[in-house]
This record gives sequence, structure tokens and C-alpha cells, in this order.
Amino acid sequence: MGTMIIDGRKVEFNGEKNVLEVVRKAGIELPTFCYHSELSLYGACRMCIVEDKNGKIFTSCSTLPKDGMEIYTQTPRLQRYRKNILELLLSNHDRDCTACERTGACELERLATRFSIRDIRFGELDRKHPIDDSSLAIVRNPNKCILCGDCVRMCEEIQGVGALSFAYRGSHMKVAPAFDKAIGETNCIDCGQCRVICPTGAIAIKNETDKFWNLVHDKSKRIIAQVAPAVRVALGEEFGLEPGDITVGKIVAALKMLGVDEVYDTAFAADMTVIAEGEEFVERLTTGENLPLFTSCCPGWVKFAETRFPEILDNISSCKSPQQMFGSVIKEYYKDDEKETVVISIMPCTAKKAEAARKEFQKDGVRDVDLVITTQELAILIKEAGIIFEKLEDESFDMPFGLASGSGVIFGSTGGVAEAVVTRLLKDKPNHICKEVLFKNVRGMDNIKEAVFNIDGKEIKLAVVHGLKNAEKLINKIKAGDKEYHIIEVMACPGGCVAGGGQPASMPIDNEVRKKRAQGLYRIDRASYIKSSEQNPLIVSLFEDMLKDRHDLLHVNREKETGY
Amino acid sequence: MPYGNMEKVDRILESYGDDQSHIITILQKIQSEYRYLPMDVLEYVSDKMEISPAKLFGIATFYENFSLDPKGKYIIKICDGTACHVKKSIPVLEALRKELSLTENKHTTDDLLFTIETVSCLGACGLAPVITINDKVYGKISPEMAVEIIRKLKEEETNANS
Repeated sequence: MGTMIIDGRKVEFNGEKNVLEVVRKAGIELPTFCYHSELSLYGACRMCIVEDKNGKIFTSCSTLPKDGMEIYTQTPRLQRYRKNILELLLSNHDRDCTACERTGACELERLATRFSIRDIRFGELDRKHPIDDSSLAIVRNPNKCILCGDCVRMCEEIQGVGALSFAYRGSHMKVAPAFDKAIGETNCIDCGQCRVICPTGAIAIKNETDKFWNLVHDKSKRIIAQVAPAVRVALGEEFGLEPGDITVGKIVAALKMLGVDEVYDTAFAADMTVIAEGEEFVERLTTGENLPLFTSCCPGWVKFAETRFPEILDNISSCKSPQQMFGSVIKEYYKDDEKETVVISIMPCTAKKAEAARKEFQKDGVRDVDLVITTQELAILIKEAGIIFEKLEDESFDMPFGLASGSGVIFGSTGGVAEAVVTRLLKDKPNHICKEVLFKNVRGMDNIKEAVFNIDGKEIKLAVVHGLKNAEKLINKIKAGDKEYHIIEVMACPGGCVAGGGQPASMPIDNEVRKKRAQGLYRIDRASYIKSSEQNPLIVSLFEDMLKDRHDLLHVNREKETGY
Repeated sequence: MPYGNMEKVDRILESYGDDQSHIITILQKIQSEYRYLPMDVLEYVSDKMEISPAKLFGIATFYENFSLDPKGKYIIKICDGTACHVKKSIPVLEALRKELSLTENKHTTDDLLFTIETVSCLGACGLAPVITINDKVYGKISPEMAVEIIRKLKEEETNANS
């Protein structure tokens, strides 16, 4: 605690981690590229420099606030230096901005505009790096990289993957996978968090909007879209709305205008997942085999487990993810139809692109899900078509795969899958007020969440983790015998799908944004008629009819089909 | 992951435990064992020490001393410090490259006998221009003398093999 003097004004500080946070609290927007409160300090971009009363210049992100400290944030020297830094960054940057995926949401572009950089005195980039589009999820363009290292630290510290690192030195330095391999050939799990945090267009979502257009323009095909829960609480951000604002009706209307024939809800498939996974869980509880049960809806997590912890693969649920359940059920439903059926998913996730391409989700070379479009790409499509999103009249999902329970919708938030499965297993269904109390420990943004439930007189220990570094820690504790659970929900991205790699990222994504988006999903749950998945009448009839004796439609035989 | 015979690496790793702060020394030991840092060895070390392969690659490419390509039996270091440079070290370098068919980007001969490296200063400025071949120092060298030394080494190699 103490008082600082910032630009002649007294500012109190209390627990702020560094001078930068105190300055920002004082209402001054110091620019940064490499500072993120959730990542370790790097201090490389030097944009957050401040000057003390003796004329000493230092980076505010890496300095502790001290009582009586007197600093200035806008001296002529600082202004000159910041412009210089920007000019130097831009001189080494591919400035083909109009053809960049990030244009309009690029931090470098934004700051260059803010600091009125009109003339770059240092010439242009002379070395051209090849563009790496080997991944199904992301595209790396090293020519746009400003070496802030955000992606490196995100991948290593939050996701525990470490697919990217700095390599080489001096003017040859670059961010690269091990041995300069293509990113698609590494242990990258396709989560796309590197793309969320990248301030420029150096890492972007693999844009497949052209494939979407080709499909919807082909009138010989029946185009079916499924919309994942998390999309409806984030897409609005691209159209001036707040995180967590629910736009599901407009999304359906927009997809219809874009040429999709039938629009369904992935939350419906999530209801199927809850039933299938609930059954599997009860079975494992009875036999005592392969416990704890890990959830399987997150493809980033599944790939992480395959590469890092192959010994626990038997513990991962054999259920397909909701996306893939939807794909296989729809393709089965329309199998005798004369029109060819195409399934397009609208997902908050880049790893879903890779999941849909996996060989166990294909039949005779035809994919169950033909194309995955992220929330960000949907925004591109809507803008490209000239649709005024804000003015769209709400429309409802089509039937019969458009009715979902609230449980299916909260799949998009960390803790949601666990909550849905427990709700399914509880005999006495809680109302929404009880739910808020009951699942208090399961919701929210804590790294590792634990809860105990009493189901049929049996104590069920549950854990929820998000961010794969946290998953790694938890698995190591379980292996060491320090912890014991019956069921564990894992989502790769911090916050769950609401903060997935395919979501809009024009604002910095922190826990505040993640929470707001998650609250949107819980609001939908509160307002829904059907709380628990097995109460969904369409799900009941589907399980009695088409899904009877069709284990293969909902489950994957990991040993036989995946090669792991 | 299946690895080849890593006994030598295991011995090096054993002597340092899994302390990540010793990684530079460990890589140096591996390099003196193999004369370079083979990719599969780095992947093995990454696995054992729980350092991501990307990070290990970063360390290996940061330091000039580490090489990811096999180096030759004879490592020729040509000093291009200020003193050697003004005493015409570049013609020596050019003559050696020509003799061994090497270029700015190709440092090692195909028969893995010779590697040419430039260094910033060997600390023997009084003898400029200086080269070293596997730690043996040759001072006040001319392009002709350098080529002569290489030819002798080549001859020795052929005789030793016949």
C-alpha cells in the first residue's frame, strides 16, 4: 500500500503487481504488446516506459510500485521513444495490412494509428519467411511477427504444450516450433490460444470462409449447420455488443440468409453426450474400472492426452464430442435422402477443425462434419454478405435437432459439462436457485475446481480444470496418489469454450471477458424450460428410436480407430 | 517414443540429474560426444528433462557454439577479429573455402572431414592472422600456407585409411 505521483496527480496503490497496473488504474492507457497479467513478465516491447523525476526511463511492467514514487508517462522523450519503437517494429513487419486476417483488430495497427505513425524511416523488411499453413487450425506468418513472445508464453505457461519458442539470435531471431518444423507436424494441440493473444496477424485462424461459400452456393446439396453454445455469447462482440450478450436468434437468421437450409443447435448434441457419458460413468462406477473418468468433448485436451499422457487414454470417455455426435447422427438421419447432406459446424474453437478431419470421424472417406467455421469466420461471412446483424429479426432453430436443455447450453463454459452430467444423475432436480448454490464450486474461473456430490447415497468426487497446464498438474497429483476423483472435466482453453481459439479477439481476453460470456450461457440455462438433458423429449425419442443399439453413432473405439 | 541407443546420453544426464539449470553444460557434453547435436538426441533430452523440444531448439540455435549439423573431424577456426581482419584473414578464409568446396552457408565437407568456422577473436592478436585446427594454433598464416596444411591433413587421412 502507498501513494504514487503519476503526472503530478496522487494515485493510491494497493496490491497492484507493478507500476503499469497502477498507471492504468489512474485512467492512463499505457500501450503494451508483451504484457499480459496472466503470463510471466517479459519486458521486451518497451512500450510501457515511464520517466521518473530524475529523468531515468524504465519499463513500468517490470517495476514494483513504491510509496512516494514520482513518475511521468507523457514526457517529450517518452513520446519520441515510443514512436521510435513503433517505427522499428513496423520496419521489420510485413505491412501488407489490407490483405491481413487481423486487419482492423491488430494491436500494432491500432497503436501506429494512435501515435500517428505516418512515415517509417527505416525501410522495409528484406527477409521473407515462408508462411506456415501446415496446421488445420491456424496459419503462421512469421513476417508479421513482432517477437513479443505472447504466443510462446501462452503455449508454455497456460497450456503446458510448448509447441513454439524463440529460436536463433539477434536479427535472425524468430518464433518457431522445434527444429523449424511445420507447426502441423509438432505437438501443437490446435487450441488457437496463441492466435487469441497474438497482437498482430502473425498467427491467425485458418480461414475457410471460401469453402463455406462454395458449399452454400451448390444447390444440389442439403446444407445443415450446427451452432455451438459458446458462439451465441461472443459473436455479438464483432457487431458492437458486449461479451455475454445473447444473439442466438440473430445467428440462426444470419445463417439462413447466408444460404444454410437447416440450422440446428449443438447443445442438442450436448444433451446426447450427457446421456451417453452419464451412462458410461454409472457403468464405470459399478465396475470400478477406468476411474476417474475424464471428459472427451474438448479435442485440444484429447490430443494433449494422446501425446503427453497416453497411459490415461482408457480413462477418457469413449463418447464422441457433441460436434461429432451431431455429425454422425445427422448423416445417419439423412442417409437415404436423395440430396447429399453437408454438415457445417459453427464453433468457438480452432481445434474442432482438426477434430472434424480425424479419421475416426469419417465413414468411407466422407467426414461426419464437412466443414468447421469459427465464430470469427462467421462474423467475416456475415460482414461479407452485407447483413446488418444488429437489425436482424430473431429466428428459432429448426426441428427436430434444435431443442436443447439448459444443461446442453452450459457445455460451453468451464464446469458446464460436469454440471450437466451431475444434474443428469441427481434424482431430485434442483431449480436454478438451488443449482447456483449446489454448483458454486464448479462454476467460475478458479484454475482447479473440486466438489463432492451425493448420488444415490454414493459420494462422487469431481474435479474441473481448464488450461492444460492445470490439467497436467492435476494428473501428476493423481498419479502421485495425492488426489482421487471419480470424474474430471478438462477443457483446454482457460474459461472453456467461451474463450476458445476461434472466438472474436478484438479486445484483450481476460477473466472478466470469459466470465461475462459464461454468464450469458448460465442466463440461457436459467431461462430454459428443460433443465436436464434426459428431460428433453426429442432426446428421449431419439434414444428410443434411432439410437437404439447404435453405440457406434455416439462412441469412438479409441483402440481400434484412433491409432493410440 | 522409441529412441535409438542413448546410453552415452543417459550417462551425461545421470551426472547432472534432471536439474534444468545445467542444460547448457549437458548440451556441450553431448556435442563433444557426437561432434554436433543430433535431433533425436535433443528430443530424448527434452523428454527426460521435461523441457519442450521447441525451447531446447531455441537454446541450441541461440549459441553459435552449438551445431545441429554434423561437424567435421577437423574444425578449422579462422579468426576474423579486428587484428586478424586487417592482417587479411578474409583471403585465408576464401582460399580454404575454395580448397574444400565450401561456402558461406555450407560449413562442413561432405566426407565429414573438415568444418570451417569464423570466430571473432582467438586472443592471439600478436600472431595475426591466426587459425586453429582442433585446438592447434597456426599464426601469421597466408592463404597458401593454410591450403598447404589442409592438403597435408588430407594426405594423412588417405594414408591412414589405405
